[in-house]
Amino acid sequence: MTDHSLPLLSPEEEAMLAGECGPGVQRAMEIVVALGRIYRAHRLLPVTSVQVAGVSYRNLGEAGLEFLSEWAAQGARVRVPTTLNPAGMDLSAWRELGFAPSFADRQLAVIATFSKLGVRTTCTCTPYLVGNVPGSGEHVAWAESSAVAYANAVLGARTNREGGPSALAAAITGRTPAYGLHLDENRRATLRVLVRCPVRTLSDFGALGYLVGKRARNGVPCFLGLEGASDAALKALGAAMAASGAVALYHVIGVTPESDRPDLLSPDCEPFVVDELSSAYAALNADAREIDLVWFGCPHADLEEIREIAHSIGGRRLRSKLWVTVAREVRELAAKEGLAEALESAGGRLVSDMCVAIAPVKELGLRTLATPSAKGAVYASSHAGLKVRYGSVEQCVEAAVAGRWPG
Amino acid sequence: MVHSQIRLSGRVIRAGCGAGPALVSSEPLGFLGGVDPDTGLVIESNHPLEGMSIAGRVLVFPTGKGSTVGSYTLYRLARNGLAPAAIINAEADPVVAVGAIIAGIPMVDQVDISLIRTGDWVEVAGQEITLHRSEAR
Repeated sequence: MTDHSLPLLSPEEEAMLAGECGPGVQRAMEIVVALGRIYRAHRLLPVTSVQVAGVSYRNLGEAGLEFLSEWAAQGARVRVPTTLNPAGMDLSAWRELGFAPSFADRQLAVIATFSKLGVRTTCTCTPYLVGNVPGSGEHVAWAESSAVAYANAVLGARTNREGGPSALAAAITGRTPAYGLHLDENRRATLRVLVRCPVRTLSDFGALGYLVGKRARNGVPCFLGLEGASDAALKALGAAMAASGAVALYHVIGVTPESDRPDLLSPDCEPFVVDELSSAYAALNADAREIDLVWFGCPHADLEEIREIAHSIGGRRLRSKLWVTVAREVRELAAKEGLAEALESAGGRLVSDMCVAIAPVKELGLRTLATPSAKGAVYASSHAGLKVRYGSVEQCVEAAVAGRWPG
Repeated sequence: MVHSQIRLSGRVIRAGCGAGPALVSSEPLGFLGGVDPDTGLVIESNHPLEGMSIAGRVLVFPTGKGSTVGSYTLYRLARNGLAPAAIINAEADPVVAVGAIIAGIPMVDQVDISLIRTGDWVEVAGQEITLHRSEAR
């Protein structure tokens, strides 16, 4: 038997579906209702914020751009605060960085279309660093797997892993179907992770996340033994698990907001002991010697991370390109502190609006890359096709100074 | 020749009517990198439908797979006049469902697709599916 009556809609939602708010809203509601039907949601939930992905012209192509333009022309506009994922280039410094004008033209057209839809064109994978900070228990609809993990785990907000069109549909209707991580019962831990080795640096947290994501797949890990983890460490941990697996929520005992719920562990929760990280470092390192680009800021760096990189460089000249990808607003703050200048005088730079993994980097002549981000290492290798070295922030800075991977 | 008619029913993912010869895959289908939006041909190597055109066919496969950007490939196929006449899945996945909606392709799921054969003439009308089959005696 199939139940065609679900999800149940309110009169306002019925009106949107019937086209009374215009064809753009109607199409968005069709998407939301269809997803609700597929996931057997009983109703729709109002959302308080949205993060939209699918921004790089390299991924969207002309088809995606045409579709977004048509949606905008039909009068679709976002109804809730909506921020945007990174693009395939720095929106202002693309020429200096070597991006082709033909690509830049199409990429800027994509951004203009999102702007027309009412989206704040923040172009960052860290919306929570630029003012899109939902509170604990709030229902949101976020795309961008690392931001989804951060919103659910660290902020205690509730979102499924949305795709580009589904997040935009949620923004245009202000609704998302009530299923998955919006519901209490699906937020319990399915994997109890016992950490029995030192986890000190950001790359250690990434390595741990890489191992746990592979094991957990789309489950909910709960970590014991990570007390005192910083927000930047959690950002690296969650991003890695969302890249090697499909983890959208995790708990850290004594750290994350839902880790004290009494029914935290689900009945079928399995234990998983991590007593070494070396297998993750081995898996994430290819045999690259000369390093073309050292990449920090996956997910986009916060001020503290930029300070640490500038401190490690300590006024030395760099042989490799060194980019720190950041949100535009964070770049402005870093510039006020003199950090942008410190990086530039060494030969590096703060790059905003973009992600190296989805940029046309091979066209820039880049073949090898070093990064302390496990997520960055996974995608720079699988998606951008680069040979990747993975290590600590210090190792990556040394690689940039020497132009080759140390050791 | 024997003509037979089989009626099936499913769950509407995108309402609409469409008819055409069935093209059936036993394997999941991904659209980004799986189907060429400018020719309508399946281009995934070693896929059971590799080299075949989905344009104007009632496309039948168990479920979708692959990147969420695949939704836009369906939209592009429709803009190029190469969209399938309808999509029938055993179990819909979000990428194909969203693609069918934005491309305006009728889509039904929760159907026993093992009953459908490539070459059957298939009519989809809302949740109702009618197969017309001609067989040598």
